[in-house]
Amino acid sequence: MGKIDVYPTTAWSAGTGCHGGCGQNLHVQDGKLVKIEGNEDHPWNQGRSCPRALALTQYMYHENRITQPLIRVGERGSGKFEPISWDEALDYCEEKMGGIRDEYGAESVIFVQGTGRDIGGPITFLAYSYGSPNWVQLGLSGHSCYTPRLGAMKTTLGEFAVADCSQFLEKRYEDPEWEAPEYIIVWGQNPPNGCPDGFYGPWIVDCMQRGSKIISVDPRNTWMSTRAEYHLQIRPGTDGALALGMVNIIIEEELYDKDFVEKWVAGFEDVKKRAAEYPVDKVSAITEIPADDIRAAARAYANAKQAAIQWGVPVDMCPDGTAVAHAISCLWTITGNIDIPGGQVIAKPAFGVTAYPFTSEELADLYGKDLVERMNEKRIGADQYPMYKHFRGWAQPDVTIEQMETGDPYPIKGAWIQTANVIGGQAARAKFHYDAMKKLDFVAVIDLFHNPTTMALADIILPAATFPEKNSFRSWWTPMDSIKKRVQVGECRSDWEINFELAKRFNPEGLKRWDTVIDYFDERMEPSGMTFDELEAKGGWAMSPEGPGRPYRRHEKGQLRADGKPGFNTPSGKVELYNKSFEEWGMDPLPFYTEPAQSEASTPELFKKHPLVMITGARSNLFFHSEHRQVPWLREKEPDPTVEIHPDTAKEYNIYDGEWVHLENDMGHIKRKAKISLKVKPNHIQTLHGWFMPEAEGAEPNLFNVWDFQVNQIIPGPQNSKSGFGGGQYKTTLVRLAKIKEDA
Amino acid sequence: MAKYGILIDYDFCTGCHTCEVACQQEHNYPVGLNGIKVTEYEYQLANGKVKIDYMPFLTDLCDLCMSRQAEGERPSCVKHCQTACMKFGLTTDLTAEAATRPRAALHTHVPK
Ligand code: SF4
Ligand code: SF4
Ligand code: SF4
Repeated sequence: MGKIDVYPTTAWSAGTGCHGGCGQNLHVQDGKLVKIEGNEDHPWNQGRSCPRALALTQYMYHENRITQPLIRVGERGSGKFEPISWDEALDYCEEKMGGIRDEYGAESVIFVQGTGRDIGGPITFLAYSYGSPNWVQLGLSGHSCYTPRLGAMKTTLGEFAVADCSQFLEKRYEDPEWEAPEYIIVWGQNPPNGCPDGFYGPWIVDCMQRGSKIISVDPRNTWMSTRAEYHLQIRPGTDGALALGMVNIIIEEELYDKDFVEKWVAGFEDVKKRAAEYPVDKVSAITEIPADDIRAAARAYANAKQAAIQWGVPVDMCPDGTAVAHAISCLWTITGNIDIPGGQVIAKPAFGVTAYPFTSEELADLYGKDLVERMNEKRIGADQYPMYKHFRGWAQPDVTIEQMETGDPYPIKGAWIQTANVIGGQAARAKFHYDAMKKLDFVAVIDLFHNPTTMALADIILPAATFPEKNSFRSWWTPMDSIKKRVQVGECRSDWEINFELAKRFNPEGLKRWDTVIDYFDERMEPSGMTFDELEAKGGWAMSPEGPGRPYRRHEKGQLRADGKPGFNTPSGKVELYNKSFEEWGMDPLPFYTEPAQSEASTPELFKKHPLVMITGARSNLFFHSEHRQVPWLREKEPDPTVEIHPDTAKEYNIYDGEWVHLENDMGHIKRKAKISLKVKPNHIQTLHGWFMPEAEGAEPNLFNVWDFQVNQIIPGPQNSKSGFGGGQYKTTLVRLAKIKEDA
Repeated sequence: MAKYGILIDYDFCTGCHTCEVACQQEHNYPVGLNGIKVTEYEYQLANGKVKIDYMPFLTDLCDLCMSRQAEGERPSCVKHCQTACMKFGLTTDLTAEAATRPRAALHTHVPK
């Protein structure tokens, strides 16, 4: 056996499944990854790791991994596939997609991704080169993932902001400029269980070790909530009311930062008036949190010299997620916690480098003016929801699946599905999605393993690479990292390579200036003054130097605006809490609260039948969404899909610990193993999403037992509101428990 | 005599399973075998508040990563712990350190 070489790289899906960012050392022997360890020289994780990274060898070299392009040879769903060459596979895609474009127009092929990790670049590259404006997280009802939060921030603050855990400073916690937040509101997130949205979850624990106190907004008891100074055990989906109630307390008791508000905030009086509609007793009744706790938490946050908020996807999943995000952002604004050490730090990609272009000019240059026109005219949901038209290039997921059924205003004929297991994963109303997608003329799935989506739908499967097998770069938010290919598994190719080659076939003229993906990376990385190879030679990561890319107080220093004047990057130069963009888009310019679509208050009859609020979508450190169930070291630690049931509720339903039960509502039922637990309140149950059994039969009708376990099949469709963002009912669906009858 | 041990600031153990997989990878232990195992305990205090605690313990399969020590590396579980709540060292040093921690457990261990 040859010697072992160690190469530093950065984790960014595939493999760990996560949003990545940590430095990892690849131990490579004879062309094979034999071990992976955290990289102690990387500022992100400082040597630490997680279960999914440490089990990567079992994932990469799993006997069931797809390592060659496969073409379906039996009926759809038969599970009969045969290997073909890459050339044949790409020819097939080119021909089928070209055919649909000729007959119906490019918009009739949709480009589907799962949660946004490293796929935004390659998938838009292909979609736009082909000519389709329809890039969509199909099935993710209300597109309830981060975009609502991003939209609220961009339109009020002109920027994005994140909890400051020193991540923008090379020396991290040792940097004298940084101060630990006195308080961190951990809002709808379980930081020890993963790394969301360009954030390393355990940073919150690092801050706790350095003195930060926690205000936990979580319906469940977790490690973190049970160590919080204040645990606001909220009723799922009522976060908007809580945020407005806290804003009201802070204003009423004059705890806000008057200097900051006077100098830097527009619309304060409007917010004050709106928040006054949410007195604490009313908020307490809505949220089921004692009024005293709400008051105490609001005071603690406002009185802190510096405090931060780390928020999660439950914010987006509230009805009107955008309005909820807007409400929460008012908290950090009126307390002057913006871009100060230990506050809400303005987050910019390192060196201003982004993986793919956003502006209309850049898009027109690369893909032609036609594409930009189609983006405006043909993008699904853009005419219905102005926020889709004006903020980010998504198609609206709920409208897309309806349109697939109706063919109105134009038919959808094909789907390119990459990094997404729609049927076994994100799709609320999973069966509706299954039925609609079954009728498509062409489905390509790009993935690493078979799953219910490859089995049920794929005509062709292209095998994707893990991060040790690919060239890529990452600049979300910081540092900028190079990811260099060190091993090859089978014939797998990176998403970038696959899409680059196919995109060139559709758009040879626009893309002719790059021969390889590295050429493209070099161009994107130009603002940093480094090429991909130069960054790699420097150890694979770099942070923005002093200047606009580095905190703090950039609004005072004139580092945020194009004109170089002090202020924020908004028309008024202030943080515009009265949101004029929302107003223009036909939305409420001020934050407000909406009751969940299903609840005791909004659907009392349903509530009588189905009195338990089902919380799904919590993060597991072992599995990322619907992935990893086939990895032995991970599955061992959580072999069965469980449901957390409070002991009182278990008694009421006569359920014992470990019993298999049904969770049911009018949409159907799923199976779970009862786990009697104090983590949930008596009127809530909690279960992990994404379950199917990779060890079971994959061919139809079985589909890896997905219909026994896919919780999203009993989650209803959208509560989209006017923004079209938010309102996926993943945390607020009403169900009841039922014993499984022996003879059934 | 137990010369070496691992000090665990267990109040900061979040039950994340990282140490367990770190150990399995390091030793290529199959499913069912591990040098470290994390336990969870949920309980309700008299005031109604719920508490959730985690505690990792070392098993007979732990060899304190002796081969890593020879290369100047920390044990795999210690290095990769997500909350850096584990520390490897001489039991004499760690005993003194444990006395300064409000909630810590010192696992001494003489590998077999
Ligand atoms: S979950 Fe966090 S620690 Fe694990 S690979 Fe992803 S970024 Fe790294
Ligand atoms: S010290 Fe090494 S052998 Fe012992 S539990 Fe930790 S990783 Fe396993
Ligand atoms: S890695 Fe650390 S925090 Fe995670 S379970 Fe092990 S000891 Fe606890």
